[in-house]
Amino acid sequence: MSAKETILARVRAALRDVGDAERPDDVAVPRAYHRTGALSAEAMLDQFVERVSEYQASVRRVAERSLAAGIADTLTAAGIRRLIVPNDVPDDWRPEGIEVVDDDGGGHERLDRVDGVLTGCSGAIAETGTITLDSGARQGRRALTLVPDYHLCVVRADQVVASVPEGVAALADAIAEGRPITWISGPSATSDIELSRVEGVHGPRTLEVLLVE
Amino acid sequence: MRIALFIACYNDALYPSTGRAVVRVLERLGHEVAFPLAQTCCGQMHFNTGYQTEIVPLVRRFVETFEPFEAIVSPSGSCVGMVRDAYPRMAVVAGDTHLARRVEELAPRVFEFTELLVDRLGITDVGASYPHRVTYHPTCHSLRALGLGDKPLRLLRAVRGIDLVELPAAEECCGFGGTFAVKNAEVSTAMVADKTRHVLGTGAEVLTAADNSCLMHIGGALSRMRTGVDTVHLAEILASVDEHAPSAL
Amino acid sequence: MSGGAADPRQLHPTVLRPGDFPTMAHEALGDAQLRRNLGQATATIRAKRENVTAELDDWQALRAAGSAIKTRVLRHLDTYLLQLEEAVTAAGGQVHWAADATEATALVTRLVQAHEADEVVKVKSLTTDEIELNEALHAAGIAAWETDLAELIVQLGEDAPSHILVPAIHKNRAEIRELFLRRLDIDELSDEPADLAGAARAHLRERFLRAKVGISGVNFAIAETGTVSVVESEGNGRMCVTLPEVLISVMGIEKILPTWDDLGVFMQLLPRSSTAERMNPYNSFWTGVSPGDGPCEFHLVLLDNGRSDVLADEIGRQTLRCIRCSACLNVCPVYERTGGHAYGSVYPGPIGAILTPQLLGVEQAGTLPYASSLCGRCYEVCPVEIDIPEVLVHLRNRVVEEKKRRSRVPGSEQLAMRALAWFFADQRRYEAGLAAVERGGPFARSGWLRRLPGVAAAWTDARDAPVPPGESFRSWWKSERRAGTGS
Repeated sequence: MSAKETILARVRAALRDVGDAERPDDVAVPRAYHRTGALSAEAMLDQFVERVSEYQASVRRVAERSLAAGIADTLTAAGIRRLIVPNDVPDDWRPEGIEVVDDDGGGHERLDRVDGVLTGCSGAIAETGTITLDSGARQGRRALTLVPDYHLCVVRADQVVASVPEGVAALADAIAEGRPITWISGPSATSDIELSRVEGVHGPRTLEVLLVE
Repeated sequence: MRIALFIACYNDALYPSTGRAVVRVLERLGHEVAFPLAQTCCGQMHFNTGYQTEIVPLVRRFVETFEPFEAIVSPSGSCVGMVRDAYPRMAVVAGDTHLARRVEELAPRVFEFTELLVDRLGITDVGASYPHRVTYHPTCHSLRALGLGDKPLRLLRAVRGIDLVELPAAEECCGFGGTFAVKNAEVSTAMVADKTRHVLGTGAEVLTAADNSCLMHIGGALSRMRTGVDTVHLAEILASVDEHAPSAL
Repeated sequence: MSGGAADPRQLHPTVLRPGDFPTMAHEALGDAQLRRNLGQATATIRAKRENVTAELDDWQALRAAGSAIKTRVLRHLDTYLLQLEEAVTAAGGQVHWAADATEATALVTRLVQAHEADEVVKVKSLTTDEIELNEALHAAGIAAWETDLAELIVQLGEDAPSHILVPAIHKNRAEIRELFLRRLDIDELSDEPADLAGAARAHLRERFLRAKVGISGVNFAIAETGTVSVVESEGNGRMCVTLPEVLISVMGIEKILPTWDDLGVFMQLLPRSSTAERMNPYNSFWTGVSPGDGPCEFHLVLLDNGRSDVLADEIGRQTLRCIRCSACLNVCPVYERTGGHAYGSVYPGPIGAILTPQLLGVEQAGTLPYASSLCGRCYEVCPVEIDIPEVLVHLRNRVVEEKKRRSRVPGSEQLAMRALAWFFADQRRYEAGLAAVERGGPFARSGWLRRLPGVAAAWTDARDAPVPPGESFRSWWKSERRAGTGS
């Protein structure tokens, strides 16, 4: 018997008490939890900003028309001289005076030799201060937002949802297409020493967010 | 109302004053108390130690003894928890569906003492007087298995003259746990050491709880340390009507 | 790069095996430093967990949903396993089945060897700890680099994990600094957590970038879509599941969720119960392989290793709902005082006390179900409503029944329990027993006894015992009320 057959046989024997007629959906799941958030659009954005900040990530709110300036200012202030970006970021996301390289999909060592990365995102969750990436537009491959030590992420106000269930639902299409997904809530951190949280381990030690309204 | 008292075996043998206090409070409130002599033990120690088949006769005995009564009260939160949580399963172990049905009908009529007063009888002021500095330990079973919440405290707050002080880290287990106190004596001792430290920190003269089993444990540690802090069941405080200590009952 | 750093193949981890719990706890109870480390760490996280769960007014509804979703999966596990296999395969992944630890470690070793790799990077995985995968890889000459900070501390210290979330919880910053100085070929290092984390970053960076094979566990696997996830904080998980060419993920068969949507529940329950954050820093979700992004080969190993035995026990089955958050450890008064090693398993604390005896058989870990005062805090905080006290008591019964089966001569405890039950089963016998207790009382000089004989000595070693008063309640009632009522 193969391991598969062995395991399935054991599982079926273990579940003798479950009637043959019972289908998975017959096991009721009470879904009385909130599926949507209750905050107004404005309060929700305030909450997003507040909660991202609580992870020791900086958030700036910028108007659409001053996004390019906001990007340039933020990167300059962070001391970023060599920046990597996904190939599909718009031209005005590439500040003058900073060396901007496009991701060529090559080896990871190259990602380790830039100061930082600039991307967009697929969505964001206000309640938890989470940014979601689904490898779609302006996000690039996963390694891009992982290896560089600094990550600047542009979040559009209309990408923000209130709750985790809404954030999950918003990713259903990406999942159906088999795209890899990453959730980012603050810079990399650890609580492994005396359970007290410190920011900055293997992922980017600095995360900055521009919320575009 | 005619209320049957389930004393619990260890109270019967070791803490009769608690039983007398329950009788006194209920009679003072105008109720009739019955004490069916056929009662013995709920079987909790056996059950919690892993001896289930041994106590099927005790489940039957309890059901037969208390079935005729409209309300049953016990000054032991953990024994009430046993009846509510474990008896239905014991009936299954016994393979007796008739017994299971009888347990199901009886269990909602079995009350822990403070539950009976606050929920069933709707009283928080029982007319007691107890001019002492007291701190209250919510036992794990009364807190988490029965969900007594602040019922004991509401009753205590209504007592005349009482100086009720909050016990720090009150919801921490005292380390009794039935045979746990013996099987894992060292861990249990480490737990009760923290509990007694908190009790002493309150400066209370008296530690009270809704269960003598935990009081026996904490009291045993307090006595070993020669602290002079007394342990007194909550029913005995509620039974006090004058200056006299509960032992004068 | 820290070229002189210790090669994991040369390190000899402490192997955990369940033994007699009170004996194993004895040493920890005497270790004041350990007690302080644990007390401080668990108090910190307890308070944080309380805050982040209290801020959700639907927390109890989330628990109820989480519990029911897992129950649904477990009652139809065969269906979901096949569905998962099909979805992962369709997405370009390869699914393997392993009935036990030996099969699983052999399988993973073969996969690594097939890619001619002599090292792997690993993200913290209790499942791979359970099957002792590192030891198997090292025996085959493959270096397994632990990349989670706490697992690294455990590995470098030739230690054993003592907590589900933070395997090195028993070590404080000074001890970690000393260990890193000794093992990582560093000359200077402070004991600031940020500096210690920085040392780990420097130690592992190049290994991440060059690794051909990554190994992970799995937090959730979605049957409907074949999506697999790893939930973490440091970014080492992202490194391991993204950078290598080959990714091997080992999951217990119970880790399934039916649909992607179900993560809306579990991605609230897990972070808030585990790290006590609204969300942990990084969550990775991948579905098979994605050209141009991440590994070009993905292997998913479905591990039984005793889980189907747990499934077969109708009361014990709920144990498999566990999502390994460790909230039960952090609130457990026993764990707080003994630490994790006393449990003799990579699964310590209340969940370990019910999981280990079921995975290994109660005869292998018969004292673990008794390592609890049944205070119920674990059940109260469990995000998937595992009634741990119920399972503990149930397993105690299995231990007792097993003993009865194995030995025809009853032990002293069994005899005592039987005798007591015999007294309690009859009113006259009970009253005769009470009378004996009444006669014993008056011989004591005060209300408390300082020493008792036999088993009860374990009580009076540290606590006085009450003296029975001369008159039981029953005697008082009878003399007061004469005939009594209702008897």
